[in-house]
Amino acid sequence: MTTETAAEKPAVFELADEQSIARSREQLDAHTVEMMAWHFHPSTGSPFWLEYAEGLPFDPIKDVRCFDDLKKFPPFEDEWLRGGPVTRWIPKGFAGQPAYVFETGGTTGTPKSRVNLRDFRTDYEEFSATLPEEHFPKGANWLMLGPSGPRRLRLSIEHLAQFRGGICFCIDLDPRWVIKLIQKGWMEHLEAYKQHCIDQAITILEAGHDIRCMFTTPKLLESLALALEKKGTTIHEVGITGIFSGGTEFTPQWTRFAVEELLDGAYMTPTYGNTLMGLAASRPVVPEDGYTIAYYSPQPRAVIELVDFDDTNSVVPYGGTGRVKLTTLTKETFVPGFLERDEGERERPYVKYPWDGVSGVRPFHKLATATTVGVY
Amino acid sequence: MHLTAFRFGKPYESLERNQLVHFLTGEPVAEVSQVGGAIVGRDLRKAAQARQALLKFDPEEIVERLQTAGNLYALGTVEVGGVPQTPDDFVRQQSATTGLPESLCRANMKKNLFVLSNMDRMLDALSRGLPPEILWKGYGTEHRDVVVSYQAQSPVLGLVLPSNSPGVHTLWLPVVALGVGLLLKPGGQEPWTPYRMAAAMIEAGIPAEAIGLYPGPTDVGSAIMANCGRSMIFGSAKTVEQYRGNPAVQVHGPGFSKILLGDDCVDHWEDYLDVMAESIAANSGRGCINCSAIYASRHTREIADALAERLGPHEVKPPDDPEATLAAFTIPGAAKAIWEQIEGLLDKPGVSHATAAHGPRFVEGERCGWLRPVIAHCSSPDPEIARAEYMFPFASVIECPQAAMLDRIGPTLVGTAITADEAFRQSLINATHIDRLNLGPLPTIKLDWLQPHEGNIIDFLYRSRALQLADINAASGSPLTAGAAAAG
Repeated sequence: MTTETAAEKPAVFELADEQSIARSREQLDAHTVEMMAWHFHPSTGSPFWLEYAEGLPFDPIKDVRCFDDLKKFPPFEDEWLRGGPVTRWIPKGFAGQPAYVFETGGTTGTPKSRVNLRDFRTDYEEFSATLPEEHFPKGANWLMLGPSGPRRLRLSIEHLAQFRGGICFCIDLDPRWVIKLIQKGWMEHLEAYKQHCIDQAITILEAGHDIRCMFTTPKLLESLALALEKKGTTIHEVGITGIFSGGTEFTPQWTRFAVEELLDGAYMTPTYGNTLMGLAASRPVVPEDGYTIAYYSPQPRAVIELVDFDDTNSVVPYGGTGRVKLTTLTKETFVPGFLERDEGERERPYVKYPWDGVSGVRPFHKLATATTVGVY
Repeated sequence: MHLTAFRFGKPYESLERNQLVHFLTGEPVAEVSQVGGAIVGRDLRKAAQARQALLKFDPEEIVERLQTAGNLYALGTVEVGGVPQTPDDFVRQQSATTGLPESLCRANMKKNLFVLSNMDRMLDALSRGLPPEILWKGYGTEHRDVVVSYQAQSPVLGLVLPSNSPGVHTLWLPVVALGVGLLLKPGGQEPWTPYRMAAAMIEAGIPAEAIGLYPGPTDVGSAIMANCGRSMIFGSAKTVEQYRGNPAVQVHGPGFSKILLGDDCVDHWEDYLDVMAESIAANSGRGCINCSAIYASRHTREIADALAERLGPHEVKPPDDPEATLAAFTIPGAAKAIWEQIEGLLDKPGVSHATAAHGPRFVEGERCGWLRPVIAHCSSPDPEIARAEYMFPFASVIECPQAAMLDRIGPTLVGTAITADEAFRQSLINATHIDRLNLGPLPTIKLDWLQPHEGNIIDFLYRSRALQLADINAASGSPLTAGAAAAG
């Protein structure tokens, strides 16, 4: 990996030391070899990857000896995820186990889908360890103020709440309808639908369920805070102490505004996640760091690299801007070198996450005009 | 220079800033704080305070202060973005980020000054002589000794302003004089007029709590439209369609303004060439009031050729050249894309390009582009280009029988009809798809400020409704008289 710097600000957070970085890299290389042995062995690999390997000019089991060797794979195309049978993605080693299917998009045409057995649970159990106890107390009940339907997020938050000993209360929110409302320009309906979601949330919060933790998105958090303010109360006053939030609209300015004017002292931790990767934790977001939001992938299960826009096998220097490239390496899912629809800046390894991070995540500028950001 | 947001009296520096650069050189001109829609939603909860701050003053006092503000804006030095800004600074900065020639920036300043200087006359005309105290108090007795009530529909007017036409600001200048606060989302490239005007108003004594400046991305506009009781937006035909029929929104889109030559005058078309050329090319053709189509039953090819002869030679000149008439398209690729679209339309049957002989129309710059005037000729109203409008001097000259004109012209913001034919004039007066009607050789861009533009701003901000009064008997609490009450 490249290590030179590009227009980097001095770090105000604790950097990882060289030894930790080297150790995590060794673990990643070993994990990569282990995953190749699983995904490309005829007895354990999935029908998709076993068939795909037949057309490769190399043998993934023999020729991939470290993470960087994954560059031998052509870029992963998410179009492959459209349509069935979804069972082609299930490794033979997991045959017969209960499976979930999670979908993304789906406003028009066939949505992309990912089959999941236990990955989402593992991701959120690991993420659970990053949540500070004083703001996300064990045993507390949760509100899931986010998308419902065939979404990984909805089930994951419920699992997170249960894993921490609580119960999760959910609302109905169809993000595909939201996108259609925006595309049709039905802004009054969009507002009404947003209000419908907020009404559901307030009903739950006021029903005596002792909810203290919440997942939501920036836009819904804004709406909830303003609706509660109109009722003469605040997010903190209705009992919320910890908020776990995600979305590419998470900017330093938005975070500062939320902390200063919406949260009334409730703690908020931003996250970056998607159906393919799982969940990236953030290092603490503080005023001294200009409210910079830097995410670190759940390595070695998933790896984020910031790559050059044109040469997607080259990592940009620290502080440099690049496109987010994702590699997923779990026993359930193998995704080599998928170019996300996001871009950002490459961040130095943080003491708790001694590998590269990404900050300033935003829609990839060449695709941004086609991206519709809804209420979630 | 950093233009901060201004939250009804409180400057707010955002962590996110948009850098404005010179359209020719790319040199930084200013940074503009970018806020989000939620800040607007939150601040609007206290919108009533904006109106209250204005109502503490007599309406006449507000008008006088606005007149002072007009002088400060046009002639004085005011502090903008933390630094003193002279009128010359303002003109240079506005030209640098919008691509508008400096001479046109100055012309727009004069328009704004005129409106502010004549605010008392304008309000008197638009309110039909209503005593301004009635708008302050909500009701009163007008000169016919009749009780009338005007109810403010929103304590502030939200405005989503454009980047491409500094001329539109005249529309919101009367708002403060009507006792209504302002929430402005400045255009991304043209924050200059809202910021300078706000600074001048505050320096002239208009309460700072009555004015908000919220620069930011589109979600700021959405928050304004969703949360303001009354708002005004400037946009494309799609935007117009989106808000059509929404009584809380006054939407200003393409004007499709036109000149119609009646059969009784068309043989003397040469007498009206100046009116036609000025209507097409004034203000670099950027306004919704610029003429985009000329209808006549005959002589259309001669008219098109004469206009091409007049406007076709217009050249791109540096923005500080007093002779410059053409504004740049500052969004990279925009001018080229528009020109390619026009070329496609000029290629259609029944269309010819009258300015073709006057050299290339598309001029490419290093960081921007220009379009020199284009005159098309259409042998009927059928070709698509007959209904087109662009942000530069462009018009189609369309052959159409007089009897068919009103059926074919479509929506028209300003219609100049050059005819003395009484029957035709009456049809034009009755035509509901013409907003502003000029009878006689008046350029479409010549506005009478004492008349309403796309609806009366007072009717938009205030609802005229019934309010009856009866005295109360302090002892019994029952009405003593029917007062002004009348059966409806």
